[in-house]
Order: sequence, then C-alpha cells, then structure tokens
Amino acid sequence: MKHFASTLAVATLTATLSTAAMAEVTIKVAYDADPVSLDPHEQLSGGTLQLSHMVFDPLVRWTKDLQFAPRLAESWEQIDETTMRFKLRDGVTFHSGNALTSADVDWTFDRLKASPDFKGIFAPFTDVEVVDELTFDLKTSEPYPLILHTATYIFPMDSQFYSGTTEDGKEKAELVKHGDSFASRNLSGTGPFTVTEREQGVKVVFDRFDSYWDTASEGNVDKIILTPIKEDPTRVAALLAGDVDFIAPVPPTDLKRVEEHDGTTLITEPGTRIITFQLNQNRVEAFKDARVRKAIDYAVNNAGIVDRIMRGFGTVGAQASPAGYLGYDESLTPRFDVEKAKALMAEAGYADGFSVTMMAPNNRYVNDDKIAQAVASMLAKINIKVDLQTMPKAQYWPTFDERAADMMMIGWHADTEDSANFHQFLTHCPDETTGNGQYNSGNYCNPEADALMAEANATTDQTKRGELLRKLEGILYADAAFIPLHWQNLAWGARDGVHAEKIVNALNFPYFGDLKVD
Amino acid sequence: MLAYLVKRVFQAIAVMFAISLIGFAIQDNLGDPLRELVGQSVSEEVRQQLRDELGLNDSFVTQYVRFLGNALQGDLGTSYFFKEPALDVILKKLPATLELVMGATLIIVGLSVPLGVYTAIKPNTILSRLIMGISIVGISVPVFLTAILMIFVFSVELGWFPSYGRGDVVHVFGYWDTNFATADGWVHILLPSVALASIMLPLFVRLIRAEMMEVLQSEYVKYARAKGIRPYRIYFIHALKNTLLPVITVGGVQIGTMVAYTILTETVFQWPGMGFMFLEAVNRVDTPLIVAYLIIVGFIFVVTNTIVDLIYGLVNPTVNIARMGA
Repeated sequence: MKHFASTLAVATLTATLSTAAMAEVTIKVAYDADPVSLDPHEQLSGGTLQLSHMVFDPLVRWTKDLQFAPRLAESWEQIDETTMRFKLRDGVTFHSGNALTSADVDWTFDRLKASPDFKGIFAPFTDVEVVDELTFDLKTSEPYPLILHTATYIFPMDSQFYSGTTEDGKEKAELVKHGDSFASRNLSGTGPFTVTEREQGVKVVFDRFDSYWDTASEGNVDKIILTPIKEDPTRVAALLAGDVDFIAPVPPTDLKRVEEHDGTTLITEPGTRIITFQLNQNRVEAFKDARVRKAIDYAVNNAGIVDRIMRGFGTVGAQASPAGYLGYDESLTPRFDVEKAKALMAEAGYADGFSVTMMAPNNRYVNDDKIAQAVASMLAKINIKVDLQTMPKAQYWPTFDERAADMMMIGWHADTEDSANFHQFLTHCPDETTGNGQYNSGNYCNPEADALMAEANATTDQTKRGELLRKLEGILYADAAFIPLHWQNLAWGARDGVHAEKIVNALNFPYFGDLKVD
Repeated sequence: MLAYLVKRVFQAIAVMFAISLIGFAIQDNLGDPLRELVGQSVSEEVRQQLRDELGLNDSFVTQYVRFLGNALQGDLGTSYFFKEPALDVILKKLPATLELVMGATLIIVGLSVPLGVYTAIKPNTILSRLIMGISIVGISVPVFLTAILMIFVFSVELGWFPSYGRGDVVHVFGYWDTNFATADGWVHILLPSVALASIMLPLFVRLIRAEMMEVLQSEYVKYARAKGIRPYRIYFIHALKNTLLPVITVGGVQIGTMVAYTILTETVFQWPGMGFMFLEAVNRVDTPLIVAYLIIVGFIFVVTNTIVDLIYGLVNPTVNIARMGA
C-alpha cells in the first residue's frame, strides 16, 4: 500500500513537472495599427487580413515565394472553363465547435459578394455550388485566371454561429460599415487563435485554439498580445527595451539600430507596393507628349532616392509589377540620364521648360514628402519648375480625387497580387461606368494597353497570360505612362528566439499560427 | 455668489455652443472620413452610397441642426472607428488622462514649491543657478522630445521603466481604472508624468521664485525679521501664503492647458487616454469624435477656470466674488 502511494506521488510529481515544462508561450506584438473590426468583411485592409489569418483560415494562402499553398481547401481542379472544384479538408472545426462544411463556404461567399469592400474582387464570380459536405464548385461568368488569387480572400465563416438574430433583434450576419454589429464584436473561425479580449486601439489578446486542425505546424505560441503603437520611436524603443517581442514595421531610420542591437533581429523582404508619380495630361499640354514624359522619367534618379532617402530600404522600380508577378519584365530597367532628359525636352520644344504643380501626402507612404521634394529638385535640372504641396493623407485623398495638381503621387499594392490590377486602377483609360482608371490622375489612355489587359484577364493559360502582361508593362514603359519610383520594402523586428523570419511574407501578414518561439 | 455662479453657467453654455459650431465648421476641411472606412479599390459609386447613409451629403445647416438636436439629448454622435457613442469613448479614455495630469500635478506641486522657495531665498548659490539654468532648458525643449529622450535613456539603455502603456490597472468604478493601486501601475505612470510635468514645472519654479522674492522685500517680512521670528517660519508660513495666491490662479488655468498637452505625451508613450485618442481621430478623420473631444476639453477648461475663481475667493476673502458676478 505504501509502495502504491509513493508511485502515485511520483506520478503526480512527473505530471506537475511536465506541465511546468510546457509553460505557456506568450508573445507581445506591436503593430502600427490594429484591425478596425472583428468582422473580416468590413474593410479590405492589411489589418483585417492580418486578423483573418490569425482567427480564420483561407482556402489557400500565399507562400513566401508567391506560390499557393493549400489550407482549408485540400485540393482543387478546373473541371470546365468556368468552374473550379475545391475539396475541403476533413475534420476542421470552428471555434464554436461546429464542423466546417461546403455550406459555410457558400454562406461566406454570398456575404463577400455583398460587402462593399470585397465585392469588387469577387465581381467575376457568380456562385458557389455545394456538391457535397466537403466539395464545392466556384463558378465564374467567364474563364478567369485569378481564381486561386481570389480564393486567398475566402476565409470561411461559421454560418451557424453568424445566423439568427441577437437579443435586440438584429441579424447576426449583418455587415455594418460604420456602426455596431454582432460580427464586429464576436467571431468564430477555424484559425489558430481566438480573440479573448479586445479594447480597440489599445490591445487585442489572442489565445491558441485547442482544436486547431493544423497539428503539423511547428507553431508553439499559446498567447499573443497585440498592441498598436503608432509612433515609430516608441515602437522601436518597446522592442529594444524588451517590452515587446515583435514589431512591424521597423521605420527606415531605425533599421540599423534594430539590426545591431544585442538580442534583436531585423527581418526584411522586398514589398509589392509601387510608389509612382502621375502626369496629368488634361491639365498640362506638354504631358501629352511622350518625349516630355520620358524626359521626366530620365530626370528622376530612382536609385538615388532609394539610396539616400529610403536608406537602401526599397527596390528601385521601372514598372508597376514587382518581381514574382506574372507581368514583371526584368528587361525594363530604370531610366536615369539628365543629358538625355534635356535632349528630349529640347526635341519636344520645351528646352526652356515650364511650371507645374505637384502634390504628395506626408504621412501615407514611407518618406513620401521627402521623396516629392527630391523629385521636384531633380525636375528643376531640366527646367521644370515645380510648385510642391504636401498634406496629410486625410486631406490628400479628396484632393487626389479632384485631380487638383499636375503631378500627383500614388502608391499601389495589387489586392489580387496580380499585374493587371495595377493597370486597371492606375493607367487604364478612366471610365466611370466600369470604375477602371479610378486612380488614374494622369488621364493616360491607351486602347492598345486596355485591350491587352482585357485579353489577359480572360486567359487562363498562365504562360500565355504572362506574355500578355509583360507586353502590357512594356507598352507603359515605352510610353512613360507614369513615373515609377520604387517598391517599398518591408521590415519587421523580433527578439532573438522568436523565429519570425519563417512566417513573414511580402504581403505583410505574418502567419502567427506557425510561429515558433524558443 | 449665486448670481456669479448662474452667470458662469451661462457663459459656459455660450462657450460650448461656440466650440461646437467651430468644431463642426472645420470638419469639412479635415478630409473624407470614407477613405478611412473603406479599402482603396472601392468604387466611387459605393462610397457615395455610404456617404448618403452617413448623412454626409446633407447641407451644413441640416447636419449642424441634427447634431445640435442630438447633443441636447446627450448624444454627441457615434465614432466611426470605435463604433460607439463618442461621449462613451471619451469618458472611457478620460480617467487615464486625468491620472496622468494628476501624476504631473503631484510632481509639479511637490517640486516647484521647495525649488522656487530655495532659489528665492538663496538666489546666488551654484545650486540655484543650476536650477534656473535647467528650467530654461525645460521650457524650451518640446515635450515630445523630452519624452522620446526619456524613453531611450530610462527604458532602452537602463531598462528601469517600461516604454509604453499603462501596465497593470485596478478597476475602481464605472470606467475608472487606476494606475495608483499597483507597483506596476506606478512604474508605468512615472515617465509620462515627468514628461508632461517638464513643461510646466520650470514655469512654476520661476513664478514662485519671482513672487517669493517680491514678498521677501515687503515691509511685513522685514518687520517679522526685526521681531526675531525664526526664518523658516517667515519663509514658509508668512511669505509663502501670499506667494501662492497668484500661483493658484495661473495653476488652475495651466491644468486645463495640461489636458491639451497630454496629446503629445500620450502619443509618444502610447498612453490610452483621450489626448492620444484625439490625435488618432484626426488621422482617421473620425469627425464625430473630434467634435466631441473639443466640446469635452472646452468643458474642462470652463469648469477648472470657474473652480479656480471660487478657490481664489476662499483663499483671499477680500476678493468680492458677488461683485465680480454683477
């Protein structure tokens, strides 16, 4: 009997020890912003997608090298020109305990189609047809090449959880953009984390979901405390002081500090957001002349801007598509040659130059106002006198919509991670009915380029599509349709022992579910 | 006294009305709130539809009358970002700000009196010169710079204090969580309080010093000295009492100013109070919240000024409050 008791004691002791050894892994994360809502369909923004990857899970997701990896969809096949059949992973449950089925995907798809922010992306899609519990067809009206790109935006929601009405009689599924709703405060996804506490703008606490399906993942973080820290110096100080374990973004001025500081690591990746200037042909007669546009492109020293102003923290660009996109053409190189620029100006009859107005935001893109100043002084060398005005983004966007200056700065990241998206919004002939060229403040219009885009968007053969998009980029380059500057790089800072380099990507939503911490 | 109070209440209402009108008038120039609410690729048509839903396309007068009608019923609008009544959002953030102001006030009161008195009594010692020198620097360095410097010295390099946030707070009642109940809370509030105090402290040291020096020249102090009353009694009982009168008036007004200064301090220290919230609201073009903030801060100014006038009357009964009201 005594022997038994001691065995029991040893057993208890071992059990206690092993739980102690499996102590909770908690990490503190500081971002420059927090998600606006817990509703994944309320706003199409980086913050929302970040949250979606933590508490929901997409059908497929991007890998580090911009390929597709299966998540909730185990496999897929094109069964006819306009239908892609997906097979869902078996045994996935939502946080509520409900099992994931095709019906949830169908329900989520309908909600996406109704969301003001997402319906644009889902416009080519007509329906989700449920085949059986775990199989469904995603249908498009016409052959469409970006089915998987779009599937990265389908984060199935728990249709049972979000159905019905709340106590005060509101629909739980209701999508409210500027008010309170059930979905903006409650959630049930299939993701690695659940939200256990949230004070908007102050902190969000995520707890590991015990029944998460991805047991193969090496992620071992049990709790994440996300604090939005908007001030760059404070965010960096918090990391260096050891108050937080992971920060994003690291501002260009502090890259070195984070890299050289003992106990922290700097992680960088080239980003996919291109920064450009547009030349308004409706306001300035000279901008209608391709030689003048080209002269400006030749006068702007992109590499110098990246080197001096961005402190090397950008990738010099000569086109809209970053490397890795189908339309990226490596033969298009940045133009910089002041003599040539002067010659082109003279050839076009503007040797004496002219005056233009320029506008740029001063808190939207990294160093945006400094970049604008640099470009203005570079243009002075070819006798273009620039009257520059910078303003906060809140005032900038309405001004941009009015096309209030001759040259305006705009940065763009393709929601679809696809080259055609840049053209659709930035350089397509402006067309109010289709919304194409919505951000084309230059009023550049080239039917040949538009035709290429239309053809590319109806071509499912990726090789052929790549050729079309590269040809499109070539035309825009030859025409100097806009002035490309650089793609902003991305930077994260982590405490040593937080293996964040494996989970970050060019799209800037780290996969925290897979994060391993020593 | 009553007549005076009634008059002040009417003044306060008039000021609130003016503030609401100004706040409302500038909101059109703050930018387009829709840009912050929707993604970049949302079409103009959809945005226009949302503007209609929000009532942003109505005329200024329609919008203002609607706002005023709601405000009179205690509804200052709903924050776009927090999706809650703007008044609730501010009331939730208010305790953090008030505690920060309280912390800074404690530091100012605790340090300015001894430092001011000392530099007045012994104006020529090295220590006095040092204090005066530092106070000049303190006045001229902007508060956000002080704050960032302190973070780098005391958080990053020395690791003594946390760099951001409020730390462990203890719930008191309603929306009030306090920093003053835990050690962690004290550690968190210290740096921000010092940063906030850094602008006002030198001002008060100099003010008390100047007043004190003047008082020390007065006849009754000379008389007291002649009578052989011990120096510390002269300094701290007789002289200081008269020194503090103008200091209280200035101090009361400065507390209101300090609430405004919290915008910078809170932003740098990520202090979840209403100053930080206001700056964010401006960035997000959260117009209902901006207008509500202006009204509340205006209200705090008016209330502190009224209280200061009343206290002034109590400390110095020769001031006839009733006549001030007439």
